[in-house]
This record gives sequence, C-alpha cells and structure tokens, in this order.
Amino acid sequence: MPKELIRLANCTMAFDGEVVLDNINLYINDQEFLTLLGPSGCGKTTTLRIIGGFQTPTQGDVFFDGVRINDVPPHKRTINTVFQRYALFPHLNVFENIAFGLRIPKTDPESRRKVKLPESEIQERVLEMLKVVNLKGFEKRAVSSLSGGQQQRVAIARALVNRPKVLLLDEPLGALDLRLRKDMQIELKRIQQAMGITFIYVTHDQEEALAMSDTVVVMDEGKIQQIGTPEDIYNEPKNAFVADFIGESNIIDGIMRADGVVEIFNRRFQCLDKGFAKDEPVDVVIRPEDVDIVPEGQGQLKGTVTSVTFKGMQYDIIVDFYGFKWLIQTTDLSPVGSRIGIKIDPDGIHVMKKSHYSGMFGDYSSYSEEYEEISDADYDPEAEDQEAEHEEE
Amino acid sequence: MNRKPSLFSRLMTGLIFLFLYAPIFVLIIFSFNNSKSRSVWAGFTLDWYDKLFHDQMILDALYTTLAVSVLAAVIATVAGTFAAIGFYNMKKRWRTPLMTVNNIPMVNAEIVTGVSLCLFFVAFFNLWGDFAHWVNGAFGLQLPEQLYLGFGTMLIAHITFNIPYVILSIMPKLRQMDKNLVDAAQDLGCTWMQAFWKVVVPEIKPGIINGLLIAFTMSVDDFVISYFTAGSSTANLAMRIYAMTKKRISPEVNAVSTLLFVTVLVLLVIINVREARQERAAAKQRIT
Repeated sequence: MPKELIRLANCTMAFDGEVVLDNINLYINDQEFLTLLGPSGCGKTTTLRIIGGFQTPTQGDVFFDGVRINDVPPHKRTINTVFQRYALFPHLNVFENIAFGLRIPKTDPESRRKVKLPESEIQERVLEMLKVVNLKGFEKRAVSSLSGGQQQRVAIARALVNRPKVLLLDEPLGALDLRLRKDMQIELKRIQQAMGITFIYVTHDQEEALAMSDTVVVMDEGKIQQIGTPEDIYNEPKNAFVADFIGESNIIDGIMRADGVVEIFNRRFQCLDKGFAKDEPVDVVIRPEDVDIVPEGQGQLKGTVTSVTFKGMQYDIIVDFYGFKWLIQTTDLSPVGSRIGIKIDPDGIHVMKKSHYSGMFGDYSSYSEEYEEISDADYDPEAEDQEAEHEEE
Repeated sequence: MNRKPSLFSRLMTGLIFLFLYAPIFVLIIFSFNNSKSRSVWAGFTLDWYDKLFHDQMILDALYTTLAVSVLAAVIATVAGTFAAIGFYNMKKRWRTPLMTVNNIPMVNAEIVTGVSLCLFFVAFFNLWGDFAHWVNGAFGLQLPEQLYLGFGTMLIAHITFNIPYVILSIMPKLRQMDKNLVDAAQDLGCTWMQAFWKVVVPEIKPGIINGLLIAFTMSVDDFVISYFTAGSSTANLAMRIYAMTKKRISPEVNAVSTLLFVTVLVLLVIINVREARQERAAAKQRIT
C-alpha cells in the first residue's frame, strides 16, 4: 500500500484577482513519479511552486506527511527543485554548486543548534553524487563551460545531494535537443528508481510524460482535467481536451444508443463503454492507429483519401468521411483520391461525456496547420517567460 | 562617394579636441614651471607640489575630500544596492516611473540640487532649534539648539546625489541575473538574507564595485553641491581651488588641479576598462 506524502486540498491561486489555479485537489504518494502535464499557462508551474514553498495558495492547504505546510518557507522543506534553465550559480564551480546546500548550517532537531557538516562528509557526498549523474572528474569545471546536458546533471546533483524526500523538476529537459532529451528521460527514471525519491515533474511534452511517469496529471485552465496512469490517460481520456492533448485523436460527435452501442454518422458501432443514458450525445475518440483500412465495399464507413504524408514507420493519411476529416495511420499506401473503407474494433472506440471542450478538437480538416502546432511541441522559452512574467504580476 | 572625412570635418574635430584638452594640458605643464609666470617656461620643478603638501589649508581640504568621498561612496553604495534590489522586485508598473524619478537628479542642474539641499538643511535646522529648545526645557537636556552647515550636511548631500548612480550601475546586473537563482538558493536551505550574501552579491558584485567607483569619482571633484552644503567652516579640494583663484593666483592652483584631474582620470579609466571587460565576458557567455 503506497504511503501518501503530499496533499493539496482545495488549492486556489489568484494573481491580482485572476485565477491561475482553480480548486486543485491532488495527493502524491511516496516514491511516485508524478507528472503535471499541460499547455503553458495551465497552472502546472504554479502548482509546483506551491509545493516548493515559493508561493502560498490564496485558498486551500498543502500537507506534507500529514502536516500542514502552507507557511513553511522553502528552506525549511525537505523538498528540492531542479529549475527551468537550471539556475546554477555562475560564480561557483561544479563542486561548489553541488555542495551549496550541504554548506548551509542546519538546525539540529535535538540540540537546536546550527550544525555544519564536516568537510570530509561534504566531499564524500558531492563526489558520490557526481558519480550518480555521470560527471566524475568535472568538479573543478566552471558551470558556464558545460554543455546544456551537463548543466542539467549538475542541477539534478545539486538538488539530490541534500537527500530530499521529494524532487521537483520544472521542465528540466525543455532546453535540450531531442536526442539528449530522450537520453535524459531514461537517466532521470533510473536515478528516481535508484534513489527511491518522489519526483514531481512538470512538462508540456506528452510523450515525455507518458514515457516516464507512474501517474500523469493533465491540467488546463487552472484545473485538473484527469489523473491516471499513462495507459489510463491515453486509452480512457475523460474529455476532448485530454484526448487531443495526449497523442493524436479523431473526436467525433456520437449518440449512445445502448450500452456498448454508439452511433456515428448514422451507423452503429460496437464499443465497450457502458453507463450512459439512452440516446445521450457523446464525444467519440478513435485513435489513428486503431483504424483498419479495408476495400471500400467491406467498410463500416467509406471515405476518400485527401492527403498522404510518409512518416517513416507509417503513412499519416487524411480521409474525408461525409465532410469530416480523420487522421489514420497505416502501413499500406492508399493514394490520394482513392476510395477506402474502414473497420474499427470495439476496443478501438472510446466514448466520453460531452464537456465544454466538445467540438474544439479532433477534426483534421485543417490538418497541415494543426500538424505544425503538434510537431512544434518544442520548448518555447518566450511563451514560458510570458507565463512567468504573468505569475510574477 | 568619398568615404574619407572631409578636411573641414577633420579640422573641426581637431579644434574641438584642442579647445577641450589644451587648457588642461597647459595647466598640467605649468604646474611644473619653475616660475610664478603662467606664460613663460622657466624650467622643470616639483616645488609647487612640495609647497602644496606643506599648506595646511590644502591638506585639510584634501582630508575633507577623501573623508567625504569615501564615506559618501560607501554609504551610497550600501543604500543604492538595497534600493536597486527593491526596484528589481517591484512590479513593472511601479518600477518604471520610480526609475525615472531616480534618474532625474542625475540630469538635474547641480546648482538646483545644491540650493535646494541648502534650503532644506536650513529649514530643518530651524525646526530642530525649536524642538531642541523645547526638549532641553522640558527634560533638562543639553541638546545643541543651533546646528550649522558643515561636514555632516556635505556628507548627506553627497550620499544623496550618489545613490542614483549606484542604482543605475547595479540594475543591469540584477536584470542579467537568472530570476530563479534566489529561489534556488532558498530551495537549498538559505534564508533570504543568506541567499542575498551567497548568491545575489557575488552575481552583482561588478555592478556594486562600479557603483562605488562612480560614486567616489562624483564626490571627489564635486564643487557646486558641496559649495552650497558645506557651510563656511568646511571646504573640499574643489572649493579650496575656487577660493585660491579669487586671490593672487599661484601655480599651486595648477598643481592641486592637476592632482584632482589625474585622480578622476585614473578612476574613469578603471571604471571604463571594468565595464568593457564585463561586456566582453557577458558576450562570451551568451555564445557558449
């Protein structure tokens, strides 16, 4: 049974009357890898800063190990942070950066006196940490002489050397290139498992979130949209926002005709979803990889291919069904203009309740533009700055 | 097109430099002249400098200048550093107008600053006189009832006009600093004050030292504001030189002016070299 470590209870955060976090309820277990995922401005960084103690929620409480910590300043929390763009101390070398936290005298809980760690222990712990992050031999280097990935490792070592119970990571891989990002994802997961520390990770990159997390918290508009394992989030999105933000989805209006029967484009499909009212309007999610292409005559739906993009592993094709454009991923080439039929297995269909996100996502009519937006999931420092500036206000 | 500067513009440049620097050059040369004449060269001597360092009035003025400059620079730097950090942490809509207010004294006519400070001090002394009189009567104390312009008021005036320069030299360093550094230090166990000493000060140190040097430079050669706030009993070097020119002018004036000029020149060179170096270092960091 996992032990609960952190709890946010009804946390609301407003800056100058503008609500940035809206009544967040969240608990985080010991040794969990939890990711706060969402677009910029969704409140994920604010949530992290509340846990770190850099901001106090306007309303609501924060508990750590059952103790309310709203008013505990950051330096008294057994939580450390890896900051966006690292925030290494430029005037100190790698060793001194990592040793920074160890050199601050700590109050001994029994004698209530300030105690300094002996130099030998500092030495030992820093060198051990350098080994953990694969930076042996870099002690004397200036931080400005390191590459982005190396600076990232120093930032992680600097936080972990204090043996925190929780490590907060604020878009730590955002400034790295794709290859390095993938390596660091594996590296971070390895460190988290080896040290048995709770990681709370903020990112806007859904792939990163799915690859690393035990639990993903999808946020938008200052609210939690869904909490679940990566599989849950991907396979059972709660609303159109989550379905669209995590992976590619065709989201179609449907009507629930009975348990396990959903109607799309006036055709009934078998599905596995139950518990909706009869004839309830719903959003239906169909992932591009769950669609089988068959000859036109055998298809449950028939459509015309309007565009084909070769993606290496598969073709992304856009198919027009009765004016609604779907994205389908297939390994067989169907040329533009050809007529095809499709079949969808019951487990390829996911039915969601209508929400205020309905109708906003999941249509690929403007595919090329949308595609650009998706592939441009790259870190956008300016957008982040605006967000940060906003939070400052 | 003719890319070379025309003869006319070269002539003008030459004339400008001539008018700017020739008088100073002549002044320096004649401080070494072995005669009281200011037009006929009579051989090299250090007599005037020797005389200078045996002139009690000059030595007093030198002492006053150094004391005021050092104290004013140090106090203004401490105050200016904290003020800059205050500005930096302000919301933009407050920071921008306040920075403008901060900049006004630097472009304001010195005589206005001097006169207004003088009037302020006098007005304050009057109020103080009444207050001290009342306190002395009521509690039997011996507070001085009559205050005078002097070293103290001059020091306060110098601190006042130095602070904007300090703020101006520190602000860019704060802006260059990663916003998360203070958070990071606090995250690692520092209180705000520890974070300030361990992280912020090392980061903005170049700005602090530049501010200190600029403040010192401004104070060393200040005449107008000192003249209005020092009263009649105190004088710094600039005021001393002015007083000397009113009587018979001896080459001692040349010597003391030369010393002042060289001091300020050296300070300005140091400040500029430091700034150029920092800019180069910053540019280098941006590349990597």
